[in-house]
Amino acid sequence: MTQDRNVTLRVWRGTKDGGRYEPYTVPADEGMVVLDVIHKIQALRAPDLAVRWNCKAGKCGSCSAEINGNARLMCMTRMNTFAPGEDITVAPMKTFPIIRDLVTDVSYNYEKAKEIPPFRPKPKEADGTRRMYQEDVDRVQEFHKCIECFLCQDTCHVIRDHEDNKKAFAGPRLFVRLAALEMHPLDTNDRLALIRQKAGLGFCNITKCCTEVCPEDIHITDNAIIPLKERVVSEFYDPLAWVKRRVLSKGAPTPTQPGPGEPEPPSQKA
Amino acid sequence: MSREGIERHDYDVIVVGAGGAGLRAAVEASAAGAHTALICKSLLGKAHTVMAEGGIAAALGNVWKEDNWRVHFRDTMRGGKLLNNWRMAQLHAQEAPDRVLELEEWGALFDRTTDGLILQRDFGGHRYARLAHVGDRTGLEMIRILQQHAVHKGIDVYMECNLQRLLTDGGTIAGALGYWRESGKFVVFGARAVVLATGGVGKAWKITSNSWEYTGDGMTMALDAGADLIDMEMVQFHPTGMVWPPSVRGLLVTEGVRGDGGTLKNAQGKRFMFDYIPEFFRGDTADTEREADAWYEDKKNNRRTPDLLPRDEVARAINTEVKAGRGTPHGGVYLDIASRRPAEYIKKRLPSMYHQFKELADVDITTTAMEIGPTCHYIMGGVRVEPETAAATVPGLFAAGEVAAGMHGANRLGGNSLSDLLVFGRRAGAGAAAYASRSHARAIDDGQVEAAARSMLAPFEGEGSENPYALHAELQETMQSLVGIIRTDAELTQAIAKLDDLDGRLERVTVEGNRQFNPGWHLALDLRSMLTISKAVARSALMRQESRGGHTRDDFPKTDPEWGKLNVVTRKRGGRLELTTEPLPQIPEDLRQLVLSEEKQPA
Repeated sequence: MTQDRNVTLRVWRGTKDGGRYEPYTVPADEGMVVLDVIHKIQALRAPDLAVRWNCKAGKCGSCSAEINGNARLMCMTRMNTFAPGEDITVAPMKTFPIIRDLVTDVSYNYEKAKEIPPFRPKPKEADGTRRMYQEDVDRVQEFHKCIECFLCQDTCHVIRDHEDNKKAFAGPRLFVRLAALEMHPLDTNDRLALIRQKAGLGFCNITKCCTEVCPEDIHITDNAIIPLKERVVSEFYDPLAWVKRRVLSKGAPTPTQPGPGEPEPPSQKA
Repeated sequence: MSREGIERHDYDVIVVGAGGAGLRAAVEASAAGAHTALICKSLLGKAHTVMAEGGIAAALGNVWKEDNWRVHFRDTMRGGKLLNNWRMAQLHAQEAPDRVLELEEWGALFDRTTDGLILQRDFGGHRYARLAHVGDRTGLEMIRILQQHAVHKGIDVYMECNLQRLLTDGGTIAGALGYWRESGKFVVFGARAVVLATGGVGKAWKITSNSWEYTGDGMTMALDAGADLIDMEMVQFHPTGMVWPPSVRGLLVTEGVRGDGGTLKNAQGKRFMFDYIPEFFRGDTADTEREADAWYEDKKNNRRTPDLLPRDEVARAINTEVKAGRGTPHGGVYLDIASRRPAEYIKKRLPSMYHQFKELADVDITTTAMEIGPTCHYIMGGVRVEPETAAATVPGLFAAGEVAAGMHGANRLGGNSLSDLLVFGRRAGAGAAAYASRSHARAIDDGQVEAAARSMLAPFEGEGSENPYALHAELQETMQSLVGIIRTDAELTQAIAKLDDLDGRLERVTVEGNRQFNPGWHLALDLRSMLTISKAVARSALMRQESRGGHTRDDFPKTDPEWGKLNVVTRKRGGRLELTTEPLPQIPEDLRQLVLSEEKQPA
């Protein structure tokens, strides 16, 4: 910190019925992160200030919030990244319903996760082992770094500004999960129909907002979403693949699945 | 208290805690046909397991084919200074490989060997490279895979639900009472069997690697229900926590740094661990820098580097160096991998350590040595369990993971925790399901529910002046300064008096606001369990008049073979803690010989 031995945050306090920013000033410590200041506010000023946190080391993804409007982990946002005297606001994630203060109802993400067909491995090798090479697991390991902070979901404008889209859109976190399963060297399950329809991959118009806020630096758009889109295109919009699927009926397409020429789900209006 | 209509759910088995042990227990209980619920204080996937870094210890033999369960068992018993429950250590060493391979069947992607198998890494106290890992984020991989597996099995999960009391019927488990964090409303679970998988109590110390969840609540619930705790004096201080800046003090730095080649140095640049090799490990430990460095590549002809002595030894050594004035400016020592391994290797093997130091301390660990010091990390003591089924001493109660005791004796080896969670989580789930299938649902005693609910609401009605945050800070200061790495009769006696004082003041804690997601109230409730378990730790530490593993007495510096035959047992009777000593289970002679055998010296 600088010579200023106090820090001030304006923290959103309230419930689903409304609220406002309250300013709190507490003594500063060297190397403080925003979550440290929140804890100090609890200890000295507002004991009932509601916040989620666990590891305080960027590993659990609990303390997601909007700091000066940016989707961030509070535990990984250093106070010395702000200019002295800069107005600093801390608000709950906007995309999810407010429970209280900085705590939101993130059950949407858990409900979407339940819909994903599980991992289903192919048979073992003849010698009873599972052989996978590092170069084959590298790209999926990138997706497994996800700490489920849901900041990508928070910032995704398909659901951030359009509550109705939540019904038909799983969001970047779940696209990362789907990509991890689809690209897993051992997996045999088929999720492409779900990706295209129920998960609503077509809603994403690749603005990369999710990638920009990911605290784990997962290349969500380039490495997960775009490859999934390519798979959907070759599965559903390649006429040869469509005929082959009809004839060989691998994974038996259901009558609700669209054939070639049917439209993508509508993107939200900008 | 006016009687509110309390929400009620009924299950065969409830599992309390959704870290590695709880998830694995729930999966097993559910697979055995028990109607199972998993109940956790945080959101699913945020439990402390997510922070585990280095890996899962299992004698897969992928890197060193010489490794097997016997070697792992020997390492575990010696690391635990022979205070371990031998049967738990044996089951653990035998079953850990299957539990790791099972995770792979469920989708885990561990780092690979060049021939496509699970890669294993070196860690303290392990003879061979044994830890299956994913960079330095192994716990995240483990919890996420278990979480997804549990969700797909359709297990009912209750998140942000904090259980506070076990309910009993004539001394047998009948269920549990807790509250929803979101609404503050009470909830009762009727259950034939309860599996505790609630972790430890590290939040009672000031410098700690543990999160807010580590409040000793499971141990307290077990005590209240009549169960035995053992080995409560055995607390692990991890040698390498961050020391600077103050806001990150205590944050864990993985032992994998040393496993991958990092070394400890004092302010004079000396690799001081060579001065701290205890007689017990002399045969297993390199005594020159040349041999220590050669060991990473050639384990047949070299002994292990003293940087990778068990954690209790390394933590004490660092403590001594700092006290002797050979520490860093911020009161730690240096952990140097920058001068010993290439930058790319460090970033690949230790990505989250790289990130953590860069973001939080402005230190690039590929060019600069880290400043580290001991941090409260783990408690070896906990609920006494029966090895095969993880059953506690109260019918219907089971415990697995850090909340349980015996497996690690006086000191836990790194990597043995994640494997413990899997091995005994599975056994606890199976044990609880089997118990539930041959028992019947018990009546919930309204009197117990009402008494507990009334006491939980007391902080709202108090007119006292005690602030829960201030009381917590005093508790942490007390445990840090008086019940730390090095202990004495005088300091422990002082600590016990202070804890009794805090206990009296706990009744005067008053909280502001209402019951809806109110952290001040939650902390007031957690203080009760933190204080109860802190007292069990301090009094057990006073009773054990020797030094062993995680328990070092300045006034009794020697390890005493007679004390090595005894567990310190804590019980609650008539509302008061009672402590006594009881004999350890006897290890069979062939296994005793294996544990005491000396390793072959290099030629």
